[in-house]
Amino acid sequence: MNNKIKKTFSDRCFNLINTLIMLAIAFIMIYPVYYVIIASISNAEKLVSFKGILFRPLAPTLLAYEQAFKNPMLLRSYANTIFVVVVGTMVSMIFTILGAYVLSRNNARLVKPAMIMVTITMFFSGGMIPFYFAVRDLGLDGSLWALIFPSAINTFNLIIMKTAFMAVPSSLEESANIDGAGHFTILLRIILPVSKSVLAVIALYYAVARWNAWFGAMLFLEERESYPLQLILREILIQNDMSNVSEGVASAELGFISVTIKYAIIVIATVPILCVYPFVQKYFTKGVLIGSVKG
Amino acid sequence: MLVKTKMTKESKGLLEWRKDFKRNWSLYLMFLPVLLFYILFCYKPMYGALIAFKNYTPKLGFMGSPWAGFENFRMFFDSPDFIRVFFNTIKISCASLLFSFPLPIILALLINEIRNKRFKKFVQTASYLPHFISLVVICGMIKTFVASDGFVGYFVNQLGGTSGSLLQQEDKFLPIYIISGIWQTIGWDSIIYLAALSGVDVEQYEAAEIDGAGRFRKMFSITLPSISNTIIILFILAVGKIMNVGYEKIILLYNPTIYNVSDVISSYTYRMGFETQNWGYSSAVGLFNSVINLVLLLMTNRISNKYAGMGLW
Repeated sequence: MNNKIKKTFSDRCFNLINTLIMLAIAFIMIYPVYYVIIASISNAEKLVSFKGILFRPLAPTLLAYEQAFKNPMLLRSYANTIFVVVVGTMVSMIFTILGAYVLSRNNARLVKPAMIMVTITMFFSGGMIPFYFAVRDLGLDGSLWALIFPSAINTFNLIIMKTAFMAVPSSLEESANIDGAGHFTILLRIILPVSKSVLAVIALYYAVARWNAWFGAMLFLEERESYPLQLILREILIQNDMSNVSEGVASAELGFISVTIKYAIIVIATVPILCVYPFVQKYFTKGVLIGSVKG
Repeated sequence: MLVKTKMTKESKGLLEWRKDFKRNWSLYLMFLPVLLFYILFCYKPMYGALIAFKNYTPKLGFMGSPWAGFENFRMFFDSPDFIRVFFNTIKISCASLLFSFPLPIILALLINEIRNKRFKKFVQTASYLPHFISLVVICGMIKTFVASDGFVGYFVNQLGGTSGSLLQQEDKFLPIYIISGIWQTIGWDSIIYLAALSGVDVEQYEAAEIDGAGRFRKMFSITLPSISNTIIILFILAVGKIMNVGYEKIILLYNPTIYNVSDVISSYTYRMGFETQNWGYSSAVGLFNSVINLVLLLMTNRISNKYAGMGLW
């Protein structure tokens, strides 16, 4: 009430300037993504010669997408990535749930040392090279499992989940204990059903991390057949290898169209994430909040 | 007498362990896969880091290779690369910290001042967007944008009278790295501050208003102090990570023409290991980095405990 009466001139100025700044920030955040989309459906030659800020596609065409989909590796690697995301996230969730449950039972004697063992790894690691050797010595290199097991647990996620499990009221568990329920029953029947939101958040974190991962794939995979999407994207976008997407294009034209093909590939690789983004966004922000309770 | 009581104490301890194990064996069984993960992928590499003290050749293997003491470390400190990667790491980290740390706080403060709920939601959603784009794609976008015919590269070259991709020019690497980093993280990093801000007591604002405080005054006297704990904790974490520049982004963006300004300890470790197969040497470089990280984290935590009265532990 007081607020409305007291809206002074300086208050209004503040609101106006703040709104302008916020609009500018929103523009800066969205424009690069928007640019990629409209550039991908633009005529390549016109795009290259256009100088300035682009707001709508130039002579729209889907040629770049046609060329991009000619690359057999693109779809193949998409399938590999989906495998890693789905199976990898399941593996991660099983490991993390088990670990979080055990670490949340602090009346068992070995739990405290286990917690120390886990925490140390957040502050110290052997480094890239010994890690590579450890994975290779297990014979995992060359297979997609090398992208799944060595990164099965993210200790930070484990601790977030442990904190959430500890917050489950012990009265719920005690009632089950009287009926002689074992640890597996408590976990499956009591802890998991009441922790759905933290499970969703952590599963999302794992899924996105796996979708984005490329470094492990670069270290451990030899065969191009098993490359995940991000590694193929790296070849095309970073290393400029257009050999697979330029089939059937005259070499004179290639210089132009390679740019729009790149944009088309970015769109193809990013659209699935951007489609689910509005729906999962609130879970992500929730995750940050759950994590921050600890800090 | 004395011996006897000691004995009973010991057997009592044993008995309690046995009782604990009897009650919790299924719990410990559940932990087995987790234990296996930590041993195989965290602790074994820590042990494997001893390769840094060896003169490693693949033919002789880890056990068979002769010990070399601190030879690998000495070689690193003596090489001209040391100064370069060490100072590049510090330079890139400090610049990141200088810009990427305070900007999310400012953004959160400004978003917090938006009165219209829907507009607030829109700005937040827009600012998180880059967080959902993969690093490879972001670097691909950077590369195409700053190429000589890209929309950023063209303008910057016109203004500066330069030519070619901006990523081929030494003085442009740091700005590209920092600005794109801000774009990637500012929205996401602001969430945690916004959450802390939502907990601020409304009565304080009302009281300040009665005293005639304006918007800025309220922001600096009420809003900012109320999130100072969050800021301190995140600052400790950020300083602790200062020698830990994200090598993935560096490796994706750099190229030999700008190694001088872009090569950091972790990217150097990667190249020495996987490109020149200098395993012992590169492990030594990596271990040096890990140890510095640990020391930095412990130090900042200690300083913060002493002067701010709070820390990570």
